[in-house]
Amino acid sequence: MLLSIKSLNVYHGYVQALRNLDLDVKKGELLAILGANGAGKSTLLETLAGLHRPAQGEVMLEGKPITGKSPDYIVKHGISLVPERREIFNSLSVLDNLLLGAFHRYRSNKGTLSDDVAEIIDIFPALKGREREPAGTLSGGLQQMLAIGRGLMARPKILLLDEPSVGLAPMVVKEIMSTLAQLKNSGVTIILVEQNTGAALKVADRGFVMERGHITLGGTSQDILSDSKVQQAYLGRKRMQTAAAL
Amino acid sequence: MDTPSQLLQLLFTGLTLGSIYALIGLALVTTFNITGILNLAQGEFVTIGALLAISLYATGLPLAAAFIIAVLLVAALGGVLERCAIQTARQASALTLIIITLGLSIFLRGLALLVWGTETYSLPAFSEGGPLFIGGAAITPQSFWIFGLTALTLAGLYAFFELTYWGKAVKAAVLNRTAARLMGINPNRLSLLAFLASGALGAAAGIFIAPVTMTTYDMGFMLGVKGFVAAVIGGLNNIGGAVLGGILLGILESFSAGLISSGLKDAFAIIILIGVLLVRPQGIIGSLKERKI
Ligand SMILES: Nc1ncnc2c1ncn2[C@@H]1O[C@H](COP(=O)(O)OP(=O)(O)O)[C@@H](O)[C@H]1O
Ligand SMILES: [Mg+2]
Repeated sequence: MLLSIKSLNVYHGYVQALRNLDLDVKKGELLAILGANGAGKSTLLETLAGLHRPAQGEVMLEGKPITGKSPDYIVKHGISLVPERREIFNSLSVLDNLLLGAFHRYRSNKGTLSDDVAEIIDIFPALKGREREPAGTLSGGLQQMLAIGRGLMARPKILLLDEPSVGLAPMVVKEIMSTLAQLKNSGVTIILVEQNTGAALKVADRGFVMERGHITLGGTSQDILSDSKVQQAYLGRKRMQTAAAL
Repeated sequence: MDTPSQLLQLLFTGLTLGSIYALIGLALVTTFNITGILNLAQGEFVTIGALLAISLYATGLPLAAAFIIAVLLVAALGGVLERCAIQTARQASALTLIIITLGLSIFLRGLALLVWGTETYSLPAFSEGGPLFIGGAAITPQSFWIFGLTALTLAGLYAFFELTYWGKAVKAAVLNRTAARLMGINPNRLSLLAFLASGALGAAAGIFIAPVTMTTYDMGFMLGVKGFVAAVIGGLNNIGGAVLGGILLGILESFSAGLISSGLKDAFAIIILIGVLLVRPQGIIGSLKERKI
């Protein structure tokens, strides 16, 4: 198992955001994590990235515990988070944003970073020619691509993505999802948090539904797609039923 | 009686004063942007740097060696204080941390009083020779040293932030702390770096002005206030602004002291501070609230 999460409990002050959450991730998988607002999806990814310290539970990366480690330790050991709302460095150039993605390996890989940037631009050709522009001037779609590119510059074993499709046009969402599928084929393990259930399950191997801090449903993307509760709540079929009924 | 050469003299004096305020303002702005902390002990770094260099010079060391050792020692002092007093209270609010720096400032002033007493100390000018006369007004060589240090510091900070990878990383941490942490940038290390640098910069400023000011254990307080006002005029978030703010304040002080009354010299900084607080309080308070180390 590449990543193994055991009975994880995380609080924000007095609010418990994750409750005894268990999840195992195999190498090379693309997992989709679905769920309503406030279910704890972001908290899960942020905890994996080291931004929150769990109250209880364990996270193992390749059999070694990384529970409660700091973000710099975790990114160095192969987990990179593309955060919700992208969080790019607006007033820095596109190029600087990408270069900073490689911060943890800058000292040893200084010489090859421009090749790595070229590789990212190959993955997202729409960024070509915009390298010197302030990242904040890019369109939402390009900013998302930049955020993913910056995450990839860390050379992660596991790439975590928090709602990359939010606010983007369907065409752009399609492009980003197919890029994720390609990345997966090139060997990157991906955990994708999405509210765009349809788009996420199209590329994912397995899907999980989160509710109130833990996983209530898991299976292959086919299983999840055909689950009647998921259809009601997340795929907009049988509109009269609300997410609350789930 | 206000002949052009007298006005020019006031301008030169103002520029020298202003460069000193600019230096202290630079240190404050750099620390503030990196850590979110307004370091109220910045003025004490200036005092202790100057007093250390004076004592080292008195032991017979060459001036340059005394300068280097004093700068390194005060940088180390800044680092130790950051680790002991700031880092241990990292979870506290920005306001609490600022109050901690106020405590540090009082502690350092007390320490300076114990070691150096209430006497006035001084250093010889860095280079020999009389003042340069321009339009009938004199500029001492030491003023050029002070201008030079300010220009060098500004250029150094600019080059660091705009041209180096590490500078970009610091900027990234200032722009978006969480995203920077995700890149593996450790803000706690940057905080240490900021205090090391502001210790070194404060000490250098203190030593450069020691030949033209009365160095006493308590001179740092007013210098810190002036540096703060310089930074506030410049908007607290920009190094060029702090330099302009410092020079503006220096010139205002020099002219008000020369043309109106020397008693007004210090009052000016306070008046400007109150003015800014009344007109644009969000410039200071707002940025205090939203930033946390
Ligand atoms: N910084 C925070 N402080 C307090 N509560 C928080 C914080 N972040 C998230 N929460 C709470 O934790 C729960 C999970 O939030 P989150 O992980 O953002 O969910 P999701 O990403 O699924 O929308 C919610 O109830 C939310 O209100
Ligand atoms: Mg979320």
